Amino acid sequence: MKGTNLGEFEELVLLVTAALIDEAYSVAICDELTTQTGREVKLGVVHAVLNRLEEKGLVKSRFGEATSVRGGKRKRYYTITNAGKAALLKAKELRDQLWANIPEFALKRI
Amino acid sequence: MKSKEPIHPPRWAVSLLNWYCKPSLIEDLEGDLHEYFVRNVSKRGPAMAKLIYVIDVIKFFRPYTIRKPQFLQTLIHWIMLGSYIKTSGRNIVRNKLASFINIFGLSVSMAVGLLMIAMLYDLNKYDKFNEHHDRIYRVSSNFQYLEHRSREPFATTSLRAANAIKEKIPGVEATAVFHSRFGADYTFNERTVPLSGFWANEAVFDVFSFNLKEGNPQTALKEPFSIVLTETSAAKIFGDEPPLGRQVIMNNDRAYTVTGITKDLPRFSHIKFDLLTSLSTREIVSEDFKDEGAWDNMWSTWVYLLLQPDTDHELLQQNLDTLCEHENKTVDDMVISLATYPMVDIVSGEDQSNQIGPTIGNTVIRIFSGLAVVVILSACFNYTNLSIARTLRRSKEVGIRKTIGALRSHVILQFIVESVVVSLLALVIAFGLFLFLRSHYISLENSFREMLVMDLAPALIGWFIAFAIIVGVLAGAFPALFFSRLNAIQVLKNMSAVPRLKGLTIRKALIVFQYTISIIAITMTTIMYKQYKHYVAFDLGFSTENIVNIRLHGNKAELLQKEFSELAEVQQISKSSIVQSVGNHWGMNVKNPSLPLDSGTAFYNVIDESYIPIHNFKLIAGRNFQPALADSAIEKEVIINEHLLKRFNFGEQDPEKAIGETILVDRKPMTIVGVVKNFSYSKADNARNGKEVMFRYVPSDFRYLNLKIQTNDWIDTYARMEAIWKKFDNVHPFEAKLYNDEIEESFAGLKAAMKVGGFLAFLVIAIASIGLLGMVIFTTETRLKEISIRKVLGASEKGLLFLLSRGFLALLMIAALIAVPITYLFCTQIMMREVGNAAPITMLELFAGVLVVVGIAVLMITSHTLKVSRTNPAEVLKSE
Repeated sequence: MKGTNLGEFEELVLLVTAALIDEAYSVAICDELTTQTGREVKLGVVHAVLNRLEEKGLVKSRFGEATSVRGGKRKRYYTITNAGKAALLKAKELRDQLWANIPEFALKRI
Repeated sequence: MKSKEPIHPPRWAVSLLNWYCKPSLIEDLEGDLHEYFVRNVSKRGPAMAKLIYVIDVIKFFRPYTIRKPQFLQTLIHWIMLGSYIKTSGRNIVRNKLASFINIFGLSVSMAVGLLMIAMLYDLNKYDKFNEHHDRIYRVSSNFQYLEHRSREPFATTSLRAANAIKEKIPGVEATAVFHSRFGADYTFNERTVPLSGFWANEAVFDVFSFNLKEGNPQTALKEPFSIVLTETSAAKIFGDEPPLGRQVIMNNDRAYTVTGITKDLPRFSHIKFDLLTSLSTREIVSEDFKDEGAWDNMWSTWVYLLLQPDTDHELLQQNLDTLCEHENKTVDDMVISLATYPMVDIVSGEDQSNQIGPTIGNTVIRIFSGLAVVVILSACFNYTNLSIARTLRRSKEVGIRKTIGALRSHVILQFIVESVVVSLLALVIAFGLFLFLRSHYISLENSFREMLVMDLAPALIGWFIAFAIIVGVLAGAFPALFFSRLNAIQVLKNMSAVPRLKGLTIRKALIVFQYTISIIAITMTTIMYKQYKHYVAFDLGFSTENIVNIRLHGNKAELLQKEFSELAEVQQISKSSIVQSVGNHWGMNVKNPSLPLDSGTAFYNVIDESYIPIHNFKLIAGRNFQPALADSAIEKEVIINEHLLKRFNFGEQDPEKAIGETILVDRKPMTIVGVVKNFSYSKADNARNGKEVMFRYVPSDFRYLNLKIQTNDWIDTYARMEAIWKKFDNVHPFEAKLYNDEIEESFAGLKAAMKVGGFLAFLVIAIASIGLLGMVIFTTETRLKEISIRKVLGASEKGLLFLLSRGFLALLMIAALIAVPITYLFCTQIMMREVGNAAPITMLELFAGVLVVVGIAVLMITSHTLKVSRTNPAEVLKSE
């Protein structure tokens, strides 16, 4: 296990998963990321990341109902786990800490 | 999203995804892609959406999506393979009887299969030596003459068609013409050699890769009186002298210049010749070349086209059709259509008349392959039967394997490996049998003898091994599926839970199948044997007893006749142009002058005045030819038979009145001087044509001497006749045959079919019998305890015998009930409809085979069950 360290994109996916609550499945996550970040996000990348997050135990998944849009296939819904929540909080904490370390004038001068 | 169009992602991409993707991921991945696809369809159109789908499927091929267990399983399969082979070996050794039956059955049947493969392998090699073999096509013709239509296409066409194609049809690179095979004597410096070949045009060397060693291929066959020899024939004529540019005399007549020497023809060429003579010569030497060049003279010219690489065959056919339409107007009553046939398929393809050389048509190949498949299946069924019969012992093994962790696929593989090992062992024996049978097989039939070599080559051995593996898989497939389906827990808990019932019905069905085939095979052979005997002894309407036909080979008939008549054994001598009733047909156009609109073909034989008495033809009116006529060069008289009399209404069908009437033979008037009783001019099995016959008297046309001989020592007589021949003619071989032998030879095809049928019947009966024996042994073994208890309780030996064998006897009866009607219907409805004068099928032939087969089976069943029923019950029961 690589530990609970999150990559940048992993963090984004995890955040979106958390935000979408019950509607978080790969395509929805992909769309949300696209609208939020303004850059095109590929399904393949999201899929791989979700798979990796699940392996790390940060998210868990369950199958939903089959729909005709998906050719009769079920959606796999992701929900964030406690470990995922912890990882997100840890990442936020780290960031906040780093922000706190920056003196206000240091940014102003740029 | 309301888009509900019936557009689907490319199916192959979906299957690809399903193939490589882990089962745990496949569902939502496929769903995601589908969702995107639907979205793309409405946004960018179906084509683009499909493309993106495919790209996505390929992009998702990532380490985390690929199924892994499969690799692992294959690995396990490979690791276990060694173990499977080992257990197979042990099983073979443990069950000696079953293994013997299996290996014996498989090896004899596989030997038949190997013969088949070697034959197809040879045939496939034919004509591949030509550089452009895939572009060479032969022109074949179909004709309709009044009501008469050609039954199969002719391999020949007319000279006129060849020229027309050369001039008018686009897309043809070169047109090679082989015209009229002939044999002639070639003389150079006192040395005379008989050779045979064709009249051919110069394009022959453009189309075929005949490899001209000396001479210019462009011009070698251009000028009249040019001749191209093969190396061997050049050596025969010229010995060591350089042949090119020298002259040879043909038939003591004209001189021909040698303009080319080809390498000897490759073994696998369907065209064979000793020499080629330029076609342009034919125009000069032939007496009626105009007739030869007519559109409806389509009997003796073989035309091969070298087509351009990108030829449109439909267009070519259209062009040929237009050509025919145009040319058909030049002749009366005859409608000819042309087609092209690929050269590489000639030896083993469609059956065609007038082939340029020997071929083995696809009818023969289909029949032989069909028989081989039946024999092999029969042996495979033995394997299946015996394997399932051993369910009891093997199912425990399978149960344990499954408990330890073998998957279904492992068990399947194990049983398949076992059967492949058996079939590979059988292959070793089959190969030995193949080497032994090969020469017998080749000598079975004339065309086989001329065409097949069956030399071993690495590729052929590869095919043999592949074949053995296929047979192994075939034989093992059913047992493998059967055993792999067993439930481990049930099998180990309670042996009686083994699903034996299903196996049992299949076993019965297979036995019935084997015996049905056996009975059909032996019955057909008996019927063929009866037909053969019937035809050979057929009453042709004239006597052939003790008559020897000697081929004249162009020698003077009178001189030889005089010499032969001095032999004491020779009683009488006559002369004729053909040997009748062995398949020779010479026809001529005839007409009754009082019926000017009606003309037709009469078949004829040219005879002298002694022919009718020697052969005991019955003159019913008029007289025989008179010897005085021999001096006059003009032919004036004919003798006709009753059919011809009736056909053209000569003398109002009264033989007596017909005498003296005029008949037009090829437009020349002749007088009918005699009428003979009908006889069989064609082979005895040909009742369709050759009925209207006449005898002509043309002294220059004699080609045979017919000697009536009275001797006790044929070998001595033959030697003395040969000595006389040698004095006259050193060039040609002495060809003398007893008339009756010649008739027998003309039914060689039937005889060969009989031999093959007999051999196969023997094989299938042997395989079926030995398989049945195995089944009897195994079933009685499993019922040994039951039998012992029955005996203890007082069952009689007879009763036991009946009990044990009745099941098998019922199966045999079913087989007989299926086989006999099938054979009868096949023979009467299909086989004998085409042939004439067939001997009727009687109950004797139909049931003789059944009796033999059932007799053998009953003998085996009773002998074994008797043995079992005589075992001491105490012996069996005490060990429990």
